[in-house]
Amino acid sequence: MWAYFTRRLIIAIPTLWVVITVAFFLMRLAPGGPFDQEAPLPPEIMANLKAAYGLDQPLWWQYFNYLGNLLQGDFGPSFKYKDFSVTELIGQGFPVSIQNGAAALFIAILFGIPLGTMAALRQNTGADHAAMTVAMTGIVVPNFVVGPLLALIFGIYLRDTMFALPVAGWNNGAFPNRILPVICLALPFIAYIARITRASLIETLRTNYVRTARAKGLPFRMVILRHAFKSAMIPVVTYLGPATVFLLTGSMVIETIFGLPGIGRYFVQGALNRDYTLVMGVTILAASMVIFINLLVDMTYAWLDPKVRYE
Amino acid sequence: MSDAPMNERRSGANLSVPNADALDKAADVEGRSLWQDAFRRLQANRAAMISAIVLIVLAFICFVGPAFVPWSYEEIDWDILEATPPNFETGHYLGTDSLGRDLLARILQGGQVSFLVGILATSVALVIGVAVGATAGFMGGRVDQFLMRFVDVMYAVPLMFFIIILMVVFGRNFYLMFLAIGFVEWLTMSRIVRGQTLTLKNKEFIEAARASGGSTASIILRHIVPNVLGVVIVYVTLTIPQVILLESFLSFLGLGVQPPMTSWGALIAEGAQEMEITPRTLILPAVCLSTTLFCFNFLGDGLRDALDPKDR
Repeated sequence: MWAYFTRRLIIAIPTLWVVITVAFFLMRLAPGGPFDQEAPLPPEIMANLKAAYGLDQPLWWQYFNYLGNLLQGDFGPSFKYKDFSVTELIGQGFPVSIQNGAAALFIAILFGIPLGTMAALRQNTGADHAAMTVAMTGIVVPNFVVGPLLALIFGIYLRDTMFALPVAGWNNGAFPNRILPVICLALPFIAYIARITRASLIETLRTNYVRTARAKGLPFRMVILRHAFKSAMIPVVTYLGPATVFLLTGSMVIETIFGLPGIGRYFVQGALNRDYTLVMGVTILAASMVIFINLLVDMTYAWLDPKVRYE
Repeated sequence: MSDAPMNERRSGANLSVPNADALDKAADVEGRSLWQDAFRRLQANRAAMISAIVLIVLAFICFVGPAFVPWSYEEIDWDILEATPPNFETGHYLGTDSLGRDLLARILQGGQVSFLVGILATSVALVIGVAVGATAGFMGGRVDQFLMRFVDVMYAVPLMFFIIILMVVFGRNFYLMFLAIGFVEWLTMSRIVRGQTLTLKNKEFIEAARASGGSTASIILRHIVPNVLGVVIVYVTLTIPQVILLESFLSFLGLGVQPPMTSWGALIAEGAQEMEITPRTLILPAVCLSTTLFCFNFLGDGLRDALDPKDR
């Protein structure tokens, strides 16, 4: 197990390197630069700015310089947010994204798994169809539609009632400011988790070991909880891997709609402004999380499925 | 296309025929291919059939409709210049947006973009995914190792971030956008095709093809690919809505199609700006987008049930 764990961590290094390299050169291919403005800067000032950030050096030099700084934990200065280093910006944005993401993930699991389980146990009944239609609606109504609609309802139509909620800003993490973004973020994931749970549990209930457990005379509830449920969770955990990364690295859309200072919004702004170092920093952070969470998911398999062994 | 696995199943079904009388009857029954069977099952699925019809109608309206709308999507009605409710006299059947452009014409044009992105980007993903998956599965060995490690590495990449970087690089070029989305959507396809190929490659009909002198390339193209089509079609139908959603998402962030051209995502973004005054500009494109996604998902589920009877 530990050998496997270490091996995976070692493979992560070349993977990260590929991500860094591709992202670095792709960003530089993009037309325009970080100091482009509507009114062009005088050439002398532009030259000074470029020299100050090392952009006047050849590209390969910049690349190795960046890698060297990275190895020392230095993500470089942001090009757009003057006087801020990328590390500082991520340090500000990441807690916001991760708190929202974790809350949304918690809600998604809390509602998604029971909803899917109910539907599976009442397969092909009205309750099942109703639950799955609701889940499908959660999937096909994108959260960039739900977000503005909720803002419209709670921010404008219910503005003078007790249900009024703030629809923009972070306000240092005040609870009411978090409600709408977290709900928006969680809705599609509740839907996906419910669908996957249902499909997987239905399949598990048809397996021989579940039939054996029932034939032994175990009460149905025990069969579900002790035998079927654990292995039915495997596809859900598989899905939770990428979903977690997406939720934690901040849904860019949600942060844009609700004006939250998370890293998703930094990334979109950074890409549009050609803020090379900021884009690289967020990409590296996201890639590391993908790798780490995939590993975590694989570890969870070993616990959920006794057939899975790592050595 | 090879009939081998289908023959296998058909003869399997006939094994239980007990007497000559029944055999005569069986001879009268017209042979049905696996595809005809699947199509019959699909026809029996009402949700899937309705979805298919709605999709065809929607696509038809989006592509033919603009010819019957008095305004074009980029034309500004200089007498209005603001969001107005539907008005049949001026020919704005669904009203105008905040710049005085005809909302119906814009929704139709947005629909064209969404359908085109969905189909073209999925085709790119389909071609790459099937080629990589079938090659890796059939060749095995080092080729398989190399291709699948590459796919593994790609899975560890935060794709959303890369699409956004690609959009910036391509300067939001309309056609390169399809390519960019297709390039990141092929991974799962290749894994599915590889898995299918692995189960197929030891079947007798492949051996027969090889014994009769078929080259590797021709076996993959003529025998492997047609036999993985069933699974691939299901996955394609489920990828199209994902791609449409992805494009809308990018357009919502201002990274997709460029004005004056529009897409449902871009219209939703515009609508969200003015929703307090004219909720219509948000809700109408949102309904179109959601209906399309809904139908594609139902059709995909129906196809899966039809082509893979195991789970019924």
